[in-house]
Amino acid sequence: MPEIPAYLRRGYITPEELFSIIPKPREERLRQRPVAVPECPQEIPCAPCREVCPTNAISMPTPNDLPMVDYEKCIGCSLCVQICPGLAFFMVHYVKDKARITMPHELLPLPERGEEVVLLNRVGEPVGRGKVLTVVPREKTKGDTPIITVEVPIELAWEVRAVKVVRE
Amino acid sequence: MRLREHPILHFRRGRELTIYFEGRPIKAYEGETIAMALHAAGIRVLNHSPNKNRPRGLFCAIGKCSSCLMVVNGIPNVRTCITLVEDGMRIERQKGRARLPIKAKPPEFREAKVVKADIVVIGGGPAGLMGAINASDAGARVVLLDENPMLGGQLVKQTHKFFGKREQFAGVRGVEIAKILEEEVRKRENVEVFLETSAVGIFHDGNEKLVLGVRKNRELIEFRGRAVIVATGAMERMIPFENNDLPGIYGAGAIQTLMNTYGVKPGERVLIVGAGNVGLILAYQLVQAGVEVRAIVEAMPKVGGYFVHAAKVKRLGVPILTGHTILRAEGKERVERAVVAQLDENWKPIPGTEKVFDVDVIALAVGLRPSIELLHQAGCQIRFIRELGGHVAVRDEWMETTVRGIFVAGDSAGIEEATTAMLEGKIAGIAATLRLGIAEEGWVKEIEGAQRDLEEFRSGPFGRHVAEGIRKLLEGVGNA
Repeated sequence: MPEIPAYLRRGYITPEELFSIIPKPREERLRQRPVAVPECPQEIPCAPCREVCPTNAISMPTPNDLPMVDYEKCIGCSLCVQICPGLAFFMVHYVKDKARITMPHELLPLPERGEEVVLLNRVGEPVGRGKVLTVVPREKTKGDTPIITVEVPIELAWEVRAVKVVRE
Repeated sequence: MRLREHPILHFRRGRELTIYFEGRPIKAYEGETIAMALHAAGIRVLNHSPNKNRPRGLFCAIGKCSSCLMVVNGIPNVRTCITLVEDGMRIERQKGRARLPIKAKPPEFREAKVVKADIVVIGGGPAGLMGAINASDAGARVVLLDENPMLGGQLVKQTHKFFGKREQFAGVRGVEIAKILEEEVRKRENVEVFLETSAVGIFHDGNEKLVLGVRKNRELIEFRGRAVIVATGAMERMIPFENNDLPGIYGAGAIQTLMNTYGVKPGERVLIVGAGNVGLILAYQLVQAGVEVRAIVEAMPKVGGYFVHAAKVKRLGVPILTGHTILRAEGKERVERAVVAQLDENWKPIPGTEKVFDVDVIALAVGLRPSIELLHQAGCQIRFIRELGGHVAVRDEWMETTVRGIFVAGDSAGIEEATTAMLEGKIAGIAATLRLGIAEEGWVKEIEGAQRDLEEFRSGPFGRHVAEGIRKLLEGVGNA
């Protein structure tokens, strides 16, 4: 029997595991504009990201192949983040000493622009606080999923993958 | 116990009315079923078992398991999970086996209303709806029946977006797909729909097939057609453990029905058994409904469903314990605790690894088995094919069973996904119409297209398993 990948034993993937499967965007590219990074390491029959991409930056010969993003072609439009049925697409953009992470957020309450939220890592642990920069509500997205962009310390760029809204 | 706000769903409730549970007035809404209204009022024990008088509650919530039988207006054995509330209804817990009151008059067979069509479709889920739509477009008169009060099958409770390709509704939520398909069926004049109508038998009368239906538990209807498509879906599996019949132990689908279809909160704290797609998706939906998921336990050493579904719940802090199983449920009249333990390489619980979770709901997401009862009764050859979820009807590439004129599609043909159910339904609908000599030959191309889509969908590691099961079925490798 083939070795079971550790991420399937745990239910989450580490950045090291992810970047052994897909390339990591170059630092220079991360500073240019947002870039889409899929956390989709398993062959499943799914293709909306490739179908929606306006610049054909996502290659996937058959729906069961992994999505591979050509980071140079990616314009950072976020359509893949909006449409992905697995909520597995994120965008990362380095700005000075911060990183801006764009992610789906299908929970209530939806954070507001400018609101400070708790940053969660891939296992749901709080790892800090960050400011929400943009919120695209569900009815304005192409994929029926609200997406948010949150600013995090740059060293957490590859850790933060969800947020929690805490209101008094 | 009713959900008001939800990130995805809007609950539109009907007129308020009153039902009486053991004499006590309970508020309910038109359009919901008895069991849902009772659950919203905190009533979980629906009957007591014939043996040992054990309290029983919901299990499947789609009319298949008989765990919710109650006495309604004096009539026993009513499946309260699919029977709609009516103002003034009197509902009592059923105690053991029950008898029909002497003065009750069951309908006579000869009084049955007759409904004729070219094709009778049994089941209004993704497979049945696509079967009806395509048979209708290919020129057939279709009658479709479903025992639930609404069309859509299990799509009506799926808040997640579907996978596949966009032409197959990828990126669209299940609830939305149900609406689209229902609209398509409703606008076709040659499709007649009967809801709250159970098919109880398929018989042969010369060239005709006769499907005996029972509407609203009291009216007999004889559906006559020259072909039948059986798209009866699947039934949730149960696993053995101590106290596994305690009210509050629900099939994953029942929890989705409660919270996503009827907006009733299933409980406060949940343990999910099974990390396949159903268990993982359920966990996410529970979090969306504001219910705490204490953990997902999975006996296998890895997550069985799609990794992306696991990652979604993991980053919201839901623990996934692979290599663990449930040992027992504890509680008096309802679930109060669940005890789980780690498994060794031989699937034996390791002593000393027990963990106790204070939960009021245990969700079983341990797989499905095809609902083949009608196919079996109709004389179709049945085989056991593990990859397809158990016993299934032998069928050809046009979804026709060994009984000419009886077709099968969707989960009742083998456990898979709504996407493939829709494709199989399309094939069955067109194939049946072609077999009857109604459709023109050009429709064969549509079948071929759907077959190519199925092949593509099944070409990955997940689908290969199903494709292997179908190959065995077509080649007759399975055990008879």
